[in-house]
Amino acid sequence: MEIKLTVNGVTRSDEVEPRLLLIHYLRESLNLRAANIGCDTTSCGACTVLLDGESVKSCTVLAVQANGRSVTTAEGLVADDGTMSVVQQAFRENHGLQCGFCTPGMVMASTSLLAENPHPSEQQVREGLEGNFCRCTGYHNIVRSVLAAAEKLSGAAPSAGSASTDASEVTA
Amino acid sequence: MSILGTRVLRTEDPGFLSRGAIYTEDVQDERLVGACYLHFVRSTVAHAKISGIDTSAAREAEGVIAVYTGSDLAAAGLAPAKPPMPNMNQAMLAPLLAIDVVRFVGEPVAVVVTEEMYQGEDAIELVDVDYDPLPAVVDMNDALSGAKGLLFPEAGTNVVCTFGDAAASNPDLFAGCEVVVSEIIQNRRVAAAPMESRSAAASWGEDGRLTAWIPNQGAQGTKGAIMGLLGLEPEKVRIITPDVGGAFGAKFGADAEHAITCWIAGDLARPTRWSETRMENLLVMPHGRAQQHKITIGGMKDGTVLAYRIEILQDSGAYPKFGAFLPSLTILMTPGPYRIPRAESWSTSVVTNTTPVGAYRGAGRPEAAAAIDRAMDLFADAAGVDPAEVRRKNLLPKFTEPHTTAFGAKYDSGDYVTALEKALDAADYPGLLAEQTRRRAAGDTLQLGIGLSSYVEITGPGGEAGGPNENGTVEVHPDGTATVLTGTSPHGQGHQTVWAMLVSEELGIPIEKITVKWGDTDLIPKGGGTGGSRSLQLGGAAVQQASRELLDVARERAAATLEAAPADLEYDVETSTFSVKGDPDVSVPLTSLAESERLFVRSVFTAPGPTFPFGTHVAVVEVDTDTGKVFFRRIITVDDAGTIMNPLLAEGQRHGGIAQGAAQAFLEEVVYDEDGNPLTATFADYPFLSATEVPSFELVDMETPTSYNPLGAKGIGEAGSIGATPAVQNAVIDAVSHLGVTHIDMPTSSQRVWRAIRAASSSAANGTKEA
Repeated sequence: MEIKLTVNGVTRSDEVEPRLLLIHYLRESLNLRAANIGCDTTSCGACTVLLDGESVKSCTVLAVQANGRSVTTAEGLVADDGTMSVVQQAFRENHGLQCGFCTPGMVMASTSLLAENPHPSEQQVREGLEGNFCRCTGYHNIVRSVLAAAEKLSGAAPSAGSASTDASEVTA
Repeated sequence: MSILGTRVLRTEDPGFLSRGAIYTEDVQDERLVGACYLHFVRSTVAHAKISGIDTSAAREAEGVIAVYTGSDLAAAGLAPAKPPMPNMNQAMLAPLLAIDVVRFVGEPVAVVVTEEMYQGEDAIELVDVDYDPLPAVVDMNDALSGAKGLLFPEAGTNVVCTFGDAAASNPDLFAGCEVVVSEIIQNRRVAAAPMESRSAAASWGEDGRLTAWIPNQGAQGTKGAIMGLLGLEPEKVRIITPDVGGAFGAKFGADAEHAITCWIAGDLARPTRWSETRMENLLVMPHGRAQQHKITIGGMKDGTVLAYRIEILQDSGAYPKFGAFLPSLTILMTPGPYRIPRAESWSTSVVTNTTPVGAYRGAGRPEAAAAIDRAMDLFADAAGVDPAEVRRKNLLPKFTEPHTTAFGAKYDSGDYVTALEKALDAADYPGLLAEQTRRRAAGDTLQLGIGLSSYVEITGPGGEAGGPNENGTVEVHPDGTATVLTGTSPHGQGHQTVWAMLVSEELGIPIEKITVKWGDTDLIPKGGGTGGSRSLQLGGAAVQQASRELLDVARERAAATLEAAPADLEYDVETSTFSVKGDPDVSVPLTSLAESERLFVRSVFTAPGPTFPFGTHVAVVEVDTDTGKVFFRRIITVDDAGTIMNPLLAEGQRHGGIAQGAAQAFLEEVVYDEDGNPLTATFADYPFLSATEVPSFELVDMETPTSYNPLGAKGIGEAGSIGATPAVQNAVIDAVSHLGVTHIDMPTSSQRVWRAIRAASSSAANGTKEA
């Protein structure tokens, strides 16, 4: 089947097998290899990319489902001059990554999270990233990274209006 | 100002964040052009005779290049692997692909090679394997008794090996004790589950040499494993380590699938690629822990411990790997940080029809810590003494000269009581106790639990000829850059940054100009890799030593250039320049000394022994007494790993370890049904820790330098996973101990907690106390 879509701002047209997963299309066909495959049950989020600006797990999206839509990967967050996005920089500054495998997916999920909720509390960050697994960081510095990015993006401290539930108030 | 001890951001990260790290699956190399893909047919039963394998339909399927079975490999001369250590039952052979018998679900039975990736997944479905089921030995106690049969009748037993001497047990070990408590506790099987599963890519050159890209923890060890499995000479094999997406002990060496990927590339004279699915990873990558402990502890009513015994049963899984050896490390660390006048331990490792067991973050030492710290709380409970007081009373006092335990461990230095007090202070222990008392008195549904663990562990093993040692090479180039070669092998730890910091500290070259290389056996033939928290204290120390020795070489050259005596020269780190003392205008830059002749030094650093980091963790949980649900609220940790080179990265290691250790206590567990069918073979079933299940961690600094290396550093990689497990488990039990509960096995699931509360309340109602 032929698909036409925009990937990281570039319009593309490709012939794909109907069953081809979006993650394999990105990795194998386009050689965009930041997003990774970490599981086979849509649990881990290592393959998270943005589809029309919203995070999706690209292991559970067919390439043909992206037809006519816009896909953004971690590579696409980097400006032409190599400058990383605020979220990417925050991950570096807060040591929000170790082995790096979950990182591109985590960055995309965080980007999507902050677009939806620019002033998240720690608890909201944790809930927002529940579908993205990390084995290295214990999530501590990932949460710090996202909160730091939120602060930087808003140009100030988190607004007084944001919920300030802390972890000790969780009752899943 | 020294760069050491500062929070330098990782130089790895811009690449990892902007284009992604380059894992094995991402490697694009001309030697891999035209690679075919491997997919494995795996056993669907835990124990069976293979009565037939029909590969004909698969061979006809679209894109299929070849199909191999165990007999094909045997016919090609590939022998089964023997157990890795001489004391293990050598009749327990592991074929690369199952021959005649399968011994666990997931065991590879055949391999299909296809032109394209998706074709293999279709074709493996067409391989028809006939199984003639045998009784599955799933529980390690059944394996020990032999009641359900033997995995290897030719071995005559399910016992792989033993450590320690049960026959030498002292019948009077607990003589004179006023309080004696005994309990059988489970240190459950868990999955290492690095985010990057196993994979490999292989190619044979026209020169008859194999080049293989394999995610691993040390290319040199992986090379040795591949050589052993395929019967290859060292000069024929080159292993390259791409970026590695986590390992946690489970990526040491090589597995059958790696070896087969390499072998088929040669057999077909065509490059190969293999990547497993997460389900395959959870079924086949060696699991961790899997020990059963019978612990007995005795002492006086004032809280003084006099005697301790631990009898260990190790589930090694279907084929003896490193797992069968783990209890020797558990035994070594039997008494932990405590001064126990009489202690003894021994172990038996058995095979079962389950996934083989290997190293997992801490490997044998978390098991020891979990046992002794559970025992301490059982004893505290029975003696009616506060757990903190019991620890205070029994911890070894501060020592600066090595302390040798009755089990032969030589603790280099320790200050355990200070670690305990710092952790209790930071946690506000009295405040927590008061809140606990209040909730108990009020009969709140949500009860508070406080758990302690004071641990010591052993780090820094391995290297050439047993070690502990590691090599490092530093080269300065005329253009002002430097290259470091290391025998360690990072997979998230940040060696690229920290090794560069160490060189920069000595030579003054900015870290951005220093390239750190590892994991290419042609470039670095020797090395112990990364594991056992060995890297900084051995590999880092080697890099520091090589840097210093390089300055000695450079000084000689500078002296010749400047026509001065070497002793009359001084080196200015700020400008990376040698000059004559008192005459700074007579100088030569370090880089120009590399112009006419290469300027490099390879050095091996040898430590006098392993080091013993230590600490105390305090965990705070809430438990819903109606449902048994556990809420992990706080964890306060003191983890003393000697001098810290980069606090940012050391904290990261602690965070990750704490999360994994805590997850084992209250969440994670690999489960099989009674027929050996895995029930946790996907991430939808295996309760992998997520961000909502942990709080932020409260880290307390403490640095007691070791004298065993010039850095003063001990290992930090496993500390978190050692202290957190018993702390969290003890906290959960503490939360419901006033209801009569004395023990709950890990992981403390809602069901286990609820059942424990119910059992305690019904026995209280019956006026009896459970044995």
